[in-house]
Amino acid sequence: MKRITLSKLKPGMKSVITGLLAKGGIRRRLQDLGFVEGSHVDCVGISPLGNPTAYRISGTVIALRSEDASQILIQEVDTDV
Amino acid sequence: MSKNHSIVKNQSVTKLAVEKKSQDDKVIALAGNPNVGKSTVFNALTGLNQHTGNWPGKTVENAQGYYNYNNQNYVLVDLPGSYSLMARSAEEEVARDFICFGQPDAVIVVCDATCLMRNINLALQIIETGKRTILCVNLLDEAEQRQIKVDLDLLSERLGVPVVGTIARSNQGLNDLMESVQTTLQAPPPTNLIVYPDFVEKGIETLLPRIDSIVGNYLDARWVAARILDGDQNLFNSIEEYLDYELIEDPEIQRILKDYQFKLKDKQITQIELKDTMAKTFIQVASVLCHDVIEEPLIASDQRDRKLDKLFTSKLTGFPIMLIILLLIFWFTISGANVPSDLLAKVLFGFEDWLANAAISIGIPSLIIDLLIHGVFNVIAWVVSVMLPPMAIFFPLFTLLEDFGYLPRVAFNLDRFFQGCDACGKQALTMCMGFGCNAVGVTGSRIIDSPRERLIAIITNNFVPCNGRFPILISIISIFLVGSNSGFSKSFLGALILVLVIIFGVGMTLLVSKLLSKTVLKGIPSSFTLELPPYRKPQIGKVIVRSIFDRTLKVLGRAIIAAAPAGLIIWLLNNVQSGDTTLLYTITDFLNPFGKALGMDGVILVGFILGLPANEIVMPIIIMTYLARGGLLELEGAALGQLLIQNGWTLTTAISTLLFTLMHWPCSTTLLTIRKETQSWKWTIISFLVPSVAGIAITFLFNSLVRIFI
Repeated sequence: MKRITLSKLKPGMKSVITGLLAKGGIRRRLQDLGFVEGSHVDCVGISPLGNPTAYRISGTVIALRSEDASQILIQEVDTDV
Repeated sequence: MSKNHSIVKNQSVTKLAVEKKSQDDKVIALAGNPNVGKSTVFNALTGLNQHTGNWPGKTVENAQGYYNYNNQNYVLVDLPGSYSLMARSAEEEVARDFICFGQPDAVIVVCDATCLMRNINLALQIIETGKRTILCVNLLDEAEQRQIKVDLDLLSERLGVPVVGTIARSNQGLNDLMESVQTTLQAPPPTNLIVYPDFVEKGIETLLPRIDSIVGNYLDARWVAARILDGDQNLFNSIEEYLDYELIEDPEIQRILKDYQFKLKDKQITQIELKDTMAKTFIQVASVLCHDVIEEPLIASDQRDRKLDKLFTSKLTGFPIMLIILLLIFWFTISGANVPSDLLAKVLFGFEDWLANAAISIGIPSLIIDLLIHGVFNVIAWVVSVMLPPMAIFFPLFTLLEDFGYLPRVAFNLDRFFQGCDACGKQALTMCMGFGCNAVGVTGSRIIDSPRERLIAIITNNFVPCNGRFPILISIISIFLVGSNSGFSKSFLGALILVLVIIFGVGMTLLVSKLLSKTVLKGIPSSFTLELPPYRKPQIGKVIVRSIFDRTLKVLGRAIIAAAPAGLIIWLLNNVQSGDTTLLYTITDFLNPFGKALGMDGVILVGFILGLPANEIVMPIIIMTYLARGGLLELEGAALGQLLIQNGWTLTTAISTLLFTLMHWPCSTTLLTIRKETQSWKWTIISFLVPSVAGIAITFLFNSLVRIFI
């Protein structure tokens, strides 16, 4: 499985978080929202102008700008269920 | 070296004091993530028995309500939504500060049953502070629709606090909730469930005695020790503010911390690893707690929401739908407000005549009649008839949209523009709030995490026209820009032009945001997260009641309070002689050259200047001044256009006034709110100057162009 950052995840794709690069206050906020190692995160949509992108995480949908999504390391997961 | 500074209670704590009706009232804080139906629970429990301050301020007094259960009175404090006690925004600070320093007797944590695990994270943090806690698992109906099941009893057993399931919108479970609050108040505080890994616990242990001796009477010492290890600077600031002690600077604490950090280094544990460990502990405990408690389908159950998102936020349909919605709202507002406006004017002005006659017949001096009835009452009648109908249509429509969950999608769609201006995407939300009232938009800017971006949002909020300015825009558009069309096509065209004006305002917001980011508020865009909550069917009946009471009447009341003295001033100015003319003439003549340079006249400028307390009164003042000068006494609905044309209005005047309405100084309420929110006169003055300068520059430029080309 490929290791990429969350910003590379395309709509409809699923992944598991493998690490966080974000620093400072946003790191804790992401963790509080469920972006911790081992959590599942799916890409559910992109805004009309291409940025930000919406992700499904612990039962909710959170939009992140690509700069922030690129601070989250993921491992892509097979989509065919 | 270690002075014994034990804090019992400090005066500054009263900053968060709530208004109890009697000494025995119990104070209950209502906390929770955003979008969990917290306000619905608040409204369901307190009904209309709420105490609302004039406008939201730094205290939490704006969101207090009362209820009685089993002969005990409760004060319920509705806190702003927050994801964590590790506050990132000013709004989350308010919530955290009230829970920690406001001495609530208990905290109700409202949770969304459809994403319980994330909500439990906050609940665990609150339980860790040692406060008596009740978990309210709301939105059980939505959970059921999505085939999500929650074992409330098991959860309660594991958490050690009462867990009550509710469907607040249909008043289900509220009695159980009130019962649980009552029993919780008699029970001992909950036991902490958060146990960190050994190396963290050791650190807490070494800090504990010192912290306990300083703040132990006031805060849970273990919790404070953990936050010190966590390095929550934001909390330290609040401890200093409320308890008047620089805890983190305490020499003994510093010494213990240094010691501990050495030990960590020996074990090769970095500061980030320490913090991560603490954050993860909460997530892990939440996940263990929720095991077997939540039963949900394997496939994500939010398909309907994602389909709606496709419609509202896709490349193809996102922006067109946004514009259509805006257009429809204004079309309904304009076409629906016409008839009731005329009717109200007839009734109120008829009443003015009746009142004057009645006053004459009982022998009240004519000076007083003129002053109070033809001065004060007249301008109030204008404000009510012009303001009330559009507001009574606009606010409910807007609230419906808000309740449906559309506004975060607007922020999602527009964020790219704000990125381009180095600003925050949530500014789109505060912009939307500004449509209702700029003061609300300014306060709403608390949702923006970065202080720099929050200031940008505050300073530029005035570029979206608030509800007090719509009537001016609407009348100018329908008199001068729509032309001789009639009926539906007229109101539709009017709405279309209004939408264009608003798009221009949004464009100015972006332009000025960009300018600010490049000059006085230089900086790089900070990280932010934007939740796209599930769409919810708005409760139409409740929305109408709430938007009329909470918004329409409040705004109208404020306008009337501002209008009364303005009516008095106009009347006095018009009746005080200055040389051989009235003072009003002198002033408007003096301002005339300035007005003319901007495509307007002295009277219009007087309207904007006297309209400082509330934009709602700008048009009535202009009308009254023209009437006073022209000696006209009666003014029928359609005659407004005639009056303006008689006084020299042309298409250029109309467009200039339109532009100036969109861009001039914020009203005094907004300015005072800005002062309160920024705690700085400097930023208040800048917020005054920025839209004023923009308005003057643009109307001047427009008129120069007109002179050159026409």
